[in-house]
Amino acid sequence: MAFTLLVNGTEQHADVEPEKPLLYVLRDDLGLTGTKYGCGEGQCGACTVLVDGSPERSCRLPVSSAAGKKIITIEGLSRGDRLHPVQQAFLDVEAFQCAYCTPGMIVSAAALLERTPNPSQEQIINHMEGNICRCGTYGRIVDAVRRAASLGSPKNA
Amino acid sequence: MRDPANRMDYVADDLYEVALQDSELRQHDTISHLTHTFNFDRRGFFKVLGGGLLVCIAARHAISQESGATVHHDHELPKTLDSWLHIGENGEVTAFTGKVEVGQNVRTSLAQQVAEELRVPLPSVRLIMGDTDLTPYDMGTFGSRTTPQMGMQLRKVSANARAVLIRMAAEHWSADAANLQAGDGRIRDSKADRSITYAELVHGQKLSKVIADDPQLTSATDWKIAGTSVTKTNGRDFVTGAHEYTSDIKRPGMLHGKIVRPTAFHAKLISCDTSQAEKIPGVSVVRDGDFIGVSAADVITADRAAQAIRAQWDAPPQISDRELFDQLRKPASDKDDDTEQYVLGSVAQSRTRAVKTLKQTYTVAYIAHTPLEPRAAVAEWKDGKLTVWTGTQRPFAVAEELAQAFRVPTESVRVIVPDTGSAYGGKHTGEAAVEAARLAKAAGKPVKLIWSREEEFTWAYFRPSGVIDVSSGAKADGTLVFWEYDNYNSGPAAMRTPYEVANQRITFHPSDAPLRQGSYRSLAAAANHFARESHMDELARELRIDALEFRLKNLKNDRLRAVFQAAAEKFGWGKQKGSNGTGFGIGGGFEKGGYIATCAEVSVKSGAVKVMRVVQAFDCGAVVNPQGLKNQIAGAIMQGLGGALFEAIRFENGRIVNPHLAEYRVPRFSDLPHIEVVLVDRKDQRSMGAGETPLTGIAPAVGNAIFDAAGVRLRSMPLAPGGLPSPAA
Repeated sequence: MAFTLLVNGTEQHADVEPEKPLLYVLRDDLGLTGTKYGCGEGQCGACTVLVDGSPERSCRLPVSSAAGKKIITIEGLSRGDRLHPVQQAFLDVEAFQCAYCTPGMIVSAAALLERTPNPSQEQIINHMEGNICRCGTYGRIVDAVRRAASLGSPKNA
Repeated sequence: MRDPANRMDYVADDLYEVALQDSELRQHDTISHLTHTFNFDRRGFFKVLGGGLLVCIAARHAISQESGATVHHDHELPKTLDSWLHIGENGEVTAFTGKVEVGQNVRTSLAQQVAEELRVPLPSVRLIMGDTDLTPYDMGTFGSRTTPQMGMQLRKVSANARAVLIRMAAEHWSADAANLQAGDGRIRDSKADRSITYAELVHGQKLSKVIADDPQLTSATDWKIAGTSVTKTNGRDFVTGAHEYTSDIKRPGMLHGKIVRPTAFHAKLISCDTSQAEKIPGVSVVRDGDFIGVSAADVITADRAAQAIRAQWDAPPQISDRELFDQLRKPASDKDDDTEQYVLGSVAQSRTRAVKTLKQTYTVAYIAHTPLEPRAAVAEWKDGKLTVWTGTQRPFAVAEELAQAFRVPTESVRVIVPDTGSAYGGKHTGEAAVEAARLAKAAGKPVKLIWSREEEFTWAYFRPSGVIDVSSGAKADGTLVFWEYDNYNSGPAAMRTPYEVANQRITFHPSDAPLRQGSYRSLAAAANHFARESHMDELARELRIDALEFRLKNLKNDRLRAVFQAAAEKFGWGKQKGSNGTGFGIGGGFEKGGYIATCAEVSVKSGAVKVMRVVQAFDCGAVVNPQGLKNQIAGAIMQGLGGALFEAIRFENGRIVNPHLAEYRVPRFSDLPHIEVVLVDRKDQRSMGAGETPLTGIAPAVGNAIFDAAGVRLRSMPLAPGGLPSPAA
């Protein structure tokens, strides 16, 4: 079945089964491999993308449910060479080790800051609870989200 | 490993032998031995890298045949080189190592050491890692050996290269080499006020030099690039999603694979009907012995084809986790085993001299590494050569596995390890590589195979479970009199006590393990630290002596004393007493060249345990990258919290009961305590590895703090998977 997807501001077409998870459409059909498979059960957050501004687990989202909606992946956060404040903050704080969870962490954090520009520690932890970092870099990720908040929204950056 | 669950014999029985050898390595953390039969000649190097200067270090046993520096112009390089480094005509430096990057940040810390000794800016150094065609042989990235061994190796080759460049400049100017200095990628002549860049020196050259010298290395007190907190060299690629992990690699015409797994461990295939799967267009089906797999153009079709296969399996009855510890206590059936024992004085004769004695048993559960990137491989057969990209800690061993599985020469196999989505000791083997290669061979096209989370939880291997009995005695003043220690199955690493005890018997007993088990970050050291440091806490309480004071009284090692004191001071140990559900605990030790002490504060409210604050002091010699090290240490504390408090693999009759993240709880953001790391930077000591030992202090510190808070002594890891047991239980 042919689907039209609005990914990172560009219209994309994929002729795939309607139940195919968005994750695999992004990775295998559209070549956007920044979004990762971690568990396929919506438990780890490595596959997080923004769908109409909301963080969604793309491993559990059939492509048919994402058609026609605005999808932002990790590849769509930076503007040319300029990193999104959350990306810049993760880099500044070095909030990663193996970094396999990093795209999902950054997309989740970007969604949080979009709605809550100055989150408390508790708000950060509650919002990010569904994202797993097996290297245990949680402390630095909290620091990075705080730093990104202080850097301001992408429009002002 | 005696457990036939390790048999990946559906491809080749030979693999079992490999698995056996691997288990020996894992159990003992054998130190890598660096020699390589070199099958890449100098022309090959220059073809890949362009002109310039190639500096090699001959393997130690080859040194007797060569004296000092040997210049090789046209003939081939000697057969036994153990490290090499290239300086390009544009001044770019390429260092080669068989080690791999799995998140421990060695791509950066090794580059720092090259830049330091070669006197070049860090951005001009790049590392080629974990590629069996391009890098020197390496046994694997494990045992915390990268920093002490590979760091030293690369420092030596870089210091030698610097000396070669100085000699080249001296010849170029007809100057006295003694007046020349290297710095910032150039050689300066202080007498004549002139300088030349490395790029200019090697321009138009295709020169290789083989050196057997042991050069003078730069002292850590003089480090300018090593010893500093530079950030990950390719960090930007990770925050943009541009970095290609194994699972992101795409090859022309590539298919996606899926394996049909047995219903239980040790199951034998009785019958198999693949006809429905074969009817699906574009699907390639492989049935080879007990191996069943499919490949197709996309993952959905591959999944559908795998589900369409009707397979009947026969599995023998197997024990469950409820019977685990009884099983581990039984002697191993293989008498030619790995028993290890250490004896000092006589426990039997000293027993009566103790006024307080204590005997307790501690256990640890099986736990899973759960690397966020599951096992993955992309395999491609081309012109008789097999190339596999895979996230393994042992690329050369996986190349051997592949060569044996497909009965091809090792030279026909190339394994490339992209920087990988973590491993923690869980990726020593090449299961996904062999499977992907089998599918690719059948399909005649490259195949990508990514294990599902459930496969990773089931068909990978686990950190060994174990039972540890400790019997001890002390005098009234707290002096330890005897120490008797029996470890069943969890492994001998860090089994010996760092405390001074005149009479000791410490034994490791191997068992017939019910699950496939292998290496894990810090492996047995976590279990042995938990048992010993919990027991020390119990004994201190029996003696009514402060837990820190009791340790220091029995401890002579200065470096271990120093980290205990550093952690205690930062934590404010002894300033507060546990009460009303708040408690404090301490633990520490020595392993793999690292000295560790951990203090923890826990809160116990209505049975719920929360670790509030952790202070950890660590000494691993001269620190190569302080921020990178702090990141590792904080991460190890977080990861260690999982095994300490709630991680456990549950199993029943050959099946894993909790093979999903919804059922196997790993640490999350809400588990994050306030963590403070104290680095004891010993610039006078050799730099040692730091990926593992920082995980060993947290479990005993937390267990001891729980007792302090609630008066409940927990001796089984995980300590409180469902919160604290109620006092009545």
